[in-house]
Amino acid sequence: MTPQPFRLPDGGRISRGAPLAFRFDGVAYQGYRGDTLASALLAAGVHQTSTSVRLGRPRGIFTAGVEEPNAIVQIEAPFPEPMLPATTVELYDGLVAGGLPGQGRLATEPDPARYDARYAHCDVLVVGAGPAGLAAAAAAARTGARVILADDQPEPGGSLLGTAEIPDWAAETGSELDAASEARVLRRTMVFGYYDDNYLLAAERRTNHLGSQAPSRLSRERIWHIRARQVVLATGAHERSVAFAGNDRPGVMLAAAARTYVNRYAVAPGRRAVVFTTGDSAYCAALDLAAAGVDVAAVVDARPEPGGAAERAARAGIEVLAGHAVTGTSGEPRVASVAVRALCAAELTGPAREFAADLLLVSGGWNPVAHLFSQAGGQLRYDAGLGAFVPDGCRQAVRVAGAARGVFDLPGCLADGAEAGRRAAEDAGFTAARPLPPTSAAGSAERSAPSAHLWVVPGPDGFGTHFVDLQRDVTVADLARATGAGLRSVEHLKRYTTAGTAHDQGKTSGVLTSGVIAQLLGVEVAELGTTTFRPPYTPVSFAALAGRNRGVLHDPVRVTALHDWHLAHGARFENVGQWHRPWYYPRDGEDMAAAVARECRAAREGVAFMDASTLGKIDVQGPDAGDFLDRLYTNMISTLRVGMIRYGVMCRADGMVFDDGTVIRLAEDRFLLTTTTGNAAAVLDWMEEWLQTEWPDLRAHCTSVTEQWATVALVGPRSREVLAGLAPQLAVDACSFPFMAWRETAVAGIPARVCRISFSGELAYEINVLPWYATALWEALYEAGRPLGITPYGTETMHVLRAEKGYPIVGQDTDGTVTPQDLGMGWVVSKKKRDFIGKRSHLRADTGRADRKQLVALLPQDDVLLPEGAQLVAGDRLADPPVPMLGHITSSYRSVALGRTFALALVRSGRERVGERLYVPVGEELIPVTVTGPVLYDPEGARRDG
Amino acid sequence: MLLIPCPWCGPRDEAEFGYGGQAHVPYPEDPTALTDEEWARYLFFRNNPKGPHPERWCHAAGCRRWFNAVRNTATNEILAVYRVGEPRPVIV
Ligand SMILES: [Zn+2]
Repeated sequence: MTPQPFRLPDGGRISRGAPLAFRFDGVAYQGYRGDTLASALLAAGVHQTSTSVRLGRPRGIFTAGVEEPNAIVQIEAPFPEPMLPATTVELYDGLVAGGLPGQGRLATEPDPARYDARYAHCDVLVVGAGPAGLAAAAAAARTGARVILADDQPEPGGSLLGTAEIPDWAAETGSELDAASEARVLRRTMVFGYYDDNYLLAAERRTNHLGSQAPSRLSRERIWHIRARQVVLATGAHERSVAFAGNDRPGVMLAAAARTYVNRYAVAPGRRAVVFTTGDSAYCAALDLAAAGVDVAAVVDARPEPGGAAERAARAGIEVLAGHAVTGTSGEPRVASVAVRALCAAELTGPAREFAADLLLVSGGWNPVAHLFSQAGGQLRYDAGLGAFVPDGCRQAVRVAGAARGVFDLPGCLADGAEAGRRAAEDAGFTAARPLPPTSAAGSAERSAPSAHLWVVPGPDGFGTHFVDLQRDVTVADLARATGAGLRSVEHLKRYTTAGTAHDQGKTSGVLTSGVIAQLLGVEVAELGTTTFRPPYTPVSFAALAGRNRGVLHDPVRVTALHDWHLAHGARFENVGQWHRPWYYPRDGEDMAAAVARECRAAREGVAFMDASTLGKIDVQGPDAGDFLDRLYTNMISTLRVGMIRYGVMCRADGMVFDDGTVIRLAEDRFLLTTTTGNAAAVLDWMEEWLQTEWPDLRAHCTSVTEQWATVALVGPRSREVLAGLAPQLAVDACSFPFMAWRETAVAGIPARVCRISFSGELAYEINVLPWYATALWEALYEAGRPLGITPYGTETMHVLRAEKGYPIVGQDTDGTVTPQDLGMGWVVSKKKRDFIGKRSHLRADTGRADRKQLVALLPQDDVLLPEGAQLVAGDRLADPPVPMLGHITSSYRSVALGRTFALALVRSGRERVGERLYVPVGEELIPVTVTGPVLYDPEGARRDG
Repeated sequence: MLLIPCPWCGPRDEAEFGYGGQAHVPYPEDPTALTDEEWARYLFFRNNPKGPHPERWCHAAGCRRWFNAVRNTATNEILAVYRVGEPRPVIV
């Protein structure tokens, strides 16, 4: 068995019957259930856990909680996790960890654990289960209010867990709340964020403390989203240090932390201690350590008249040096001796004394944990008596109780908590029926002396090892350099020196930093203020925040009614918004280019078909539907005859293209619009916005019917033959069924709406059926077309075919700065309508400029496939930077029909440049291209009717 | 996470809502009658006060209705909500 030389023979809240084996930095150790990694290391005599990030100085365990700046570790097993304070890692069997100098490593393998989230509402949320929080929760719960009590520790008690005697009522109150039907106690749960309208987030560590024994059915961590009517913050206080030479050496520890190690974990953090304090609280630590057998060499008290606590220590045989300060430490790496001198009016006087000691406890005062209060929008006020920032006003329904607002004695905390809990419940509408039971803790009759506020002990040799922020290695010398450079604002000083910006967010160093800066600048701390606190209070893993929303659950995947057919026929898919769309259908041995070339050839020379179901579809009904659409589209819609189809473009009020698609007139008062696949929801929102906010008098109603129709595009010169064979009642000749008309008929016996629409320039039909008929229709088309070589095609072929015709895709060839006129589509903009959205903007000088970027096609030399997004420049040599850019490539493909590569581009004065040679920088090369009009294939439109 | 009182549905999480910018900026009666500058003011210029600000919100993941809210931009308090067409309430 590994020895635990610093484990006390009895006491503590550990289970000595449950020994746990662990490894740290390659060495095997043993601890007990109930230990933290830090307490188990201290029991083994390990103080130093790593070196500091900037200066590489040895650093040891400094605190016993979440405020730890030094002992940051990397967990290696059972699952890698970076940057956890050893003081917050509950020990488990098989833990493997190592010290970290500043930066951790994320796991490279996928995290097998499950994470989840819960949403909860309550009347009163109490944060912190110390004396004030327990009293608050109990008082609130007794009124019948729904109460949630959240605390980061495994058991209630808060600061009492670190004292020698923890009263039974702490556990009893916890049990009472557990049993209450309207109360919920969340243990191991850190409330880390306080947002608007009393919305708080908390992270519950559910199985972390079980290591590899964690049952896989339980989530490892859970994020609680809590909306509370009233909040009571009983978040306690953090002890702070004092800046003196060598105050960072392993063996230097906050006094209350040492007390916690002795009482809660039955560990002596050293053999011989010096205590350096500015107030009374450290005497409790000195006495508890002495009682546990630690030799307390001296209490060095900065106050000239320390009061009753010092008398008690003296009676216990401890030397008290009033009006003294610690001026330095020595020892490599751990403290071996401590230097002390008298301090009078901030000057060191008298002879120096050296104390041999392996432990130096420091108490520079207490900082109320006001982080959540500040996140809530609360103001902090500097209390000169306490030497700390305390909560002031806040607009949210929040109260602060106990040490978190500067009440440090136990009876005061209990009374304060009970009052806060009762009043919170009353403000939530409940009545405190029964009188509160008297608090059980008696006040002390001892004469207490006020704390001194000492930030910096002078010299002896400069301030280069007077550390303020241990994690960022910021010293008093660094702060002096910053103020010397003229910085005055605490926010600027923080950013310049990085003080307070590390993993611990300056929990132990923030107020000390403010105090030192105030002293350097010769101003009051109150005047200087403190930095703003932002969530999270402690680091939260991304895995916990993501919860179940990972992998396939990260974002909904939408598939069409034909998806299974596409899968079965080897389609490769691409994501278009949330849709999973067939991209191309490779045959054996084909790469993408070969498959797309084959699909394009089928569409241009024979017959091909694609699943176009993802197009957005909006049904617009009402007597004013035509009027409404006239206002939305740039062209006239109300004149469309029933039975016919019109292409239309929508602009934003700034005149820029927003969406395009077709409009079908189904009846006098009914239209069906299609939108681009990715824009369907945005178009519906846009229509609703105008209808509801500007034109509520229009009698028109919009409904999304995207998923109510499956759409198959049947394309190619031989598409008519396929359709004719399946739709015997339909007159398919171009005269009876002209371009941009629609007919209702049966296709393969299925009721269908057939539209003569083409997005390729070829003879083409869009066949719309109810989605449950989609597969039957598709398979019928496939059968009927097989003798003609019918070929399924995907989005890539669709893109090539439309680009050959110069049809732009909104969002690919446009970017919100492009007008219809820029696209060469002035014909779609009505001159007759009095108004439509965007019309006035088309009259602005800027939209009328001749040198706007316009859509053109580019023919690259040497058949190069140009990268989309590449820039265009003039001249075959690059000018000196900044190089004038003429535009950029929006689409680029290899065309079978043209026998070459080509691209679409937005080019400054593009239409004037037709015939010009421009250049595309790609890597080190300048590739020459020739500008042409955007329509490269069948510019006469001869192929439309087959 | 604001708790926004939709005038049709009651208080709901902010995540259910879409933001629509400053309220009471009506589409001009006759845009062609405006100068370029007046039109640009309609298109691009909005108030940015510290304090009460009338705004448009849409309960996008709820009743899908647009409504107006007066929000204090400094504190995030929603001081009033009212339906489209109703006058802006007087905030004291
Ligand atoms: Zn609503």
